Amino acid sequence: MYNYYLTIVLAPLAAAIIAGLAGQKIGRAASHWVTILGVGTACLLSFIVLKNMFWGGATAENISVYTWAVTDGLHMEVGFLVDRLTALMMCVVTFVSLMVHIYTIGYMHEDPGYQRFFSYISLFTFAMLMLVMSNNFLQLFFGWEAVGLVSYLLIGFWYKKETAIFANLKAFLVNRVGDFGFILGIAGVVTLTGSLDYAEVFAGADNIAAQNIEVFGGTPWNAMTVICILLFIGAMGKSAQAPLHVWLPDSMEGPTPISALIHAATMVTAGIFMVARMSPLFELSTTALGFVIVIGSITAFFMGLLGIIQNDIKRVVAYSTLSQLGYMTVALGASAYSAAIFHLMTHAFFKALLFLAAGSVIIAMHHEQDIRKMGGIRKYMPITYWTALFGSLALIGFPGFSGFFSKDLLIEAVKESHWHGQGAIYWIAYLSVLLGVFVTALYSFRMFFLVFHGEERMDAETKSHLHETPAVVTVPLILLAIPSVIIGWFTVGPVLFKDYFGDAIYVSASKAGTGLGAHDWHGSWALVQHAVMTPVFWLAASGVFVAWFLYLKRPDIPETIKGKLPGIYNLLERKYYFDDLWIKGFAGGGRAIGQFLWKKGDELIIDGVLVNGTARTVGRLAGLVRQIQTGYLYTYAFAMIIGLTALLGWLIWLR
Amino acid sequence: MIGLEHYLTLAAMLFVLSIAGIVINRRNLILLLMCIELMLLAVNYNFIAFSRYLGDETGQVFVFFILTVAAAEAAIGLAILVVLFRNRRSIAVQELNTLKG
Repeated sequence: MYNYYLTIVLAPLAAAIIAGLAGQKIGRAASHWVTILGVGTACLLSFIVLKNMFWGGATAENISVYTWAVTDGLHMEVGFLVDRLTALMMCVVTFVSLMVHIYTIGYMHEDPGYQRFFSYISLFTFAMLMLVMSNNFLQLFFGWEAVGLVSYLLIGFWYKKETAIFANLKAFLVNRVGDFGFILGIAGVVTLTGSLDYAEVFAGADNIAAQNIEVFGGTPWNAMTVICILLFIGAMGKSAQAPLHVWLPDSMEGPTPISALIHAATMVTAGIFMVARMSPLFELSTTALGFVIVIGSITAFFMGLLGIIQNDIKRVVAYSTLSQLGYMTVALGASAYSAAIFHLMTHAFFKALLFLAAGSVIIAMHHEQDIRKMGGIRKYMPITYWTALFGSLALIGFPGFSGFFSKDLLIEAVKESHWHGQGAIYWIAYLSVLLGVFVTALYSFRMFFLVFHGEERMDAETKSHLHETPAVVTVPLILLAIPSVIIGWFTVGPVLFKDYFGDAIYVSASKAGTGLGAHDWHGSWALVQHAVMTPVFWLAASGVFVAWFLYLKRPDIPETIKGKLPGIYNLLERKYYFDDLWIKGFAGGGRAIGQFLWKKGDELIIDGVLVNGTARTVGRLAGLVRQIQTGYLYTYAFAMIIGLTALLGWLIWLR
Repeated sequence: MIGLEHYLTLAAMLFVLSIAGIVINRRNLILLLMCIELMLLAVNYNFIAFSRYLGDETGQVFVFFILTVAAAEAAIGLAILVVLFRNRRSIAVQELNTLKG
């Protein structure tokens, strides 16, 4: 299998290098063929790996490929840990990436940066695979930063666009905040265990948990809590959890294929994956899990609300991504790691589908993204319509669709966890995910109805050109719609109830009786039948109904509500003032401090007083002393005589 | 009776006069040289007075040496003065301020 793993990782890298460095020589078609071939190979081999895990009974493999450096007993290695968790992630990443590669041929075919784009997304696939297949913290960090870099490059892909430059800088800086916590967490791990290797660190987890760290003088904190919270801060940056979520909506400035691949399906889930991978650590700190679940709840509910008032088609989907990432985080906090990863997988499919469908609409509308200028597109674009409908139904958790299984059971897991008897946290988490279902249905179908139904609000010029997008766009849509609809049916049993992950995810024995483990498995069909009796189903249904009523039946009501409640509308419109907090508060504050130090500290004190001040003082003093120097001989002679007299007087009388 | 103190007083007066000559004189460099000579003479007076007072001739021998050196010094001083006059067409003291920074 060793050769398989190497090929999976290196094929996209090789393709990226060829398309990136020789793209101009080999031309557009060759560039997309070489990258699709690279990622296609990785995808095929990933599925073989998964098949061997699932049916072939292959066990987890921990392989060290190359030792990069050894210092003071600390091994810095490149290595692969391929277990069932990794295999699942590899398949999700490579499959969605392959779909996006194909789709890009249609979406970017007029763009001058065609080869560059293919090179970047192939490079991204390489970086993401390095991240998920890593067997040590250093390589994890490498992959973590590399996906961040590619994300930066791709958000700013149209580098002449002012807003895109702003967005990619913002994404990069906000991620630095998270990465700062992440690298401190890794440093903590290294300090306490002396190793970067997962297996060794996990083996020493009990030892970490038994120690205390004084972060601020005098208050000892449990070392495991500190490390887990720091690692989770990294996940907050990458997975866009409040309050570090601000970069994700802005990242929609990039081309739509990367919104689907990086900012919905794969990269933003790296944080979720990382926490699941670190489950042996997180399980030992209840405080850290409490932090995780509260952050996740806030993100899941409040970011969903923002989706309701957005008018940019991509931003609606972006806020829905934030909200769904919040769901996954809540599941992590409730120790339901497998539910989080399961939701991650289904979400990757249907969210990539929704983004690509949105992109398809955008192509047809000649890069118009405002949903107020769309409407009634259903009859012009039947394939996009149906795939978007499947994606939306999967997102809101309509019984039978993949999102139903993952979200319904995620909520069930949160409910069953009872969060170890902590009432407040339990209710915050449970109510957030429950009410979030209604909000999700509302914003999803608001967008769906405004785009595909109702009156046609676009201008006549656009309308005359409106037609279904070419096959390179619709085929990936269909290929993603298939797993969005059916993947839940046959994966929910093994993943959530039959302990698919095995040793890859650790849940402490004290929690074994809670969560989904307490339920018996009666098959997928029983779950679907059971659905109508759960509040989740009715909340989703009422969400769809409210969306239909407000935006198709009586479009005047939303306007009235907006007029009646300007305070709440403003709060949502300004995104809870988080952007203001970061841009004006932290960035502005930082700039003000910089300005102050530059003007006052550097220019005034260092340059003005210390450097030039010394020179000026010497000059002024010399000017003063120069007045004494007449240049006349007799003055000097007189001075000498006076001096001599004074000296003699002192010798005679004073001594 | 004229005693040691009178000689010393005369010598001191001559010395102070010559200092005053150096400081006050603004016009003529020759006057400056003469003042320096006068200063040396005042010192000579002291030597002679103490030589007589102590009954030791060594002081008077010193006076001869000083007179000789003073003559040589005056010759060199005048030579410099001549060269200065050739260069600057003036020997006025107030114009000699090139030492001023």
